[in-house]
Amino acid sequence: MKLGVRKAEELFFRVVMFLATTVILLALLMIIFTILHKGLAAVSWKMISQLPKGGFYFGKEGGILNAILGSIYLASGASILAILFGLPVALYINIHLHKNKRLVTAIRFMLDVMWGIPSIVYGAFGFTVMLFFGMRSSLLAGMLTVTLFIIPIMIRSIDEVMKTVPKGLLESTLSLGSTKSETAYRVYFKQCISGVTTALLLSFGRAIGDAASVLFTTGYTDNLPTSLSEPTATLPLAIFFQLSSPIAEVKERAYASAVILTVIILIISLVSRVSARKYLKHKIK
Amino acid sequence: MTGKAKINIEHLDLYIGKQHILKDVSTQIPEKKITVILGPSGCGKTTLLKSLNRLTDLYSNVKVSGKIFIEGEDILHTNMDITEIRKRMGLLSQRPYPLPMNIFNNVAYGLRISGRTNKIVLRKRVQHYLELVNLWDEVKDRLHDPASSLSIGQQQRLCLARGLSVDPDIILADEPTSALDPISSEVVEKKFIDLKSQYTVVVVTHSLQQARRIADYAIFMYLGEIIEQGPASEFFSDPKEELTKSYLKGLFN
Repeated sequence: MKLGVRKAEELFFRVVMFLATTVILLALLMIIFTILHKGLAAVSWKMISQLPKGGFYFGKEGGILNAILGSIYLASGASILAILFGLPVALYINIHLHKNKRLVTAIRFMLDVMWGIPSIVYGAFGFTVMLFFGMRSSLLAGMLTVTLFIIPIMIRSIDEVMKTVPKGLLESTLSLGSTKSETAYRVYFKQCISGVTTALLLSFGRAIGDAASVLFTTGYTDNLPTSLSEPTATLPLAIFFQLSSPIAEVKERAYASAVILTVIILIISLVSRVSARKYLKHKIK
Repeated sequence: MTGKAKINIEHLDLYIGKQHILKDVSTQIPEKKITVILGPSGCGKTTLLKSLNRLTDLYSNVKVSGKIFIEGEDILHTNMDITEIRKRMGLLSQRPYPLPMNIFNNVAYGLRISGRTNKIVLRKRVQHYLELVNLWDEVKDRLHDPASSLSIGQQQRLCLARGLSVDPDIILADEPTSALDPISSEVVEKKFIDLKSQYTVVVVTHSLQQARRIADYAIFMYLGEIIEQGPASEFFSDPKEELTKSYLKGLFN
């Protein structure tokens, strides 16, 4: 090809990439701007520290402490459960099963399919199971449903990082006389700690932000969550209920709730990034 | 062959899928000597080395037949625990793979998994092995730095110290100096010569010069077969096979 054509081609692709990046960044900024613009005015200490009082949903006194706490409990519980199950699965796939390529490919494929299933389906499934066991909508039922829903995300995100661990590291560790499980928990886990943190964050973000999976399983209440077996309020549902109100003050509070949700995710991200940094320097490249 | 054989390989065949990687390999590796496995890339020398501590178990679709005796025990058909077999052989790979932890813990790792956890003992042993590979003076003030912060040459010596710490009697090295600078290479080579008074050393290399410098016993492989083997002095001065002669002359590599 002529040099001029190749240069034009280079320019064309650079412009395409630049535009795509800009559009995405602008869209993100727009979302954040909209939330802040519409909600920041309504964020107040009262909103964060109080329960909804009579008439809250008509624009009167009160706050959404019930939903804030409920969401944090729900997402933390689900993330902890998901990592307790997800980490062993990812380690097992990469260290014990890696020889059996067909099985590993099948497991990964199934997890990817599970990742793609809409959360409302998990909600419906959780609801069915809940009824079968005679449970009513509760924090526990919600936690288990959300765990199911985020576990493919957890496993596949950790798995993708573990795939990149050099094979030589596995061989070196085994040569020292380590068992595979020692290799898994003492070496692979440490090597992949930043990936595990990212997986945890992704999962937590999905868990705290999802409305459909908790709609039937967790229920909603104006009370503080005090027990696993009680219905519990969550932020996404708080946003949903308030946003569907015709009253302007209530709508504004929906955006304020979104601000709070965003800030929680931001804080969790920062804290876990900083705490993972300590281990990151040991990573073998 | 002179002296006692440490490893005795009999009719070893290894397939990966349909590929025949090792073809009827039989040899005896002498105890407390440096045995060098020579040959062009892709001739199966690394696979041969890795089958000695059964790292070949990690490959998919692998099929092994034949026998590998280490002090009389056939490690391919044994009831012994695989981790016990591997612990008896330290491995140095082409490029160093330190563990994702600090320098001290890299050496202490092997000691800990073999049950030595007393802090004072650990500190003494770690110092001992780091001294053994001439690394102690360079790292004694930074034992808690990440191992990844060391230079490649230092990392390779750290890996040697780590391998020695679990008290093996065999050292397997797969082109251990190919990624190193000349000074670190020399340190590692000299270390091998020191170590052979206590250890059986098996080195895979495709550097003829290195083989000449360190080998007591030489094995030449080509396309999965052993073409010629013998004590280094005879092997290098008076090769019998045409293929060996032209390889030693540098007609191919």
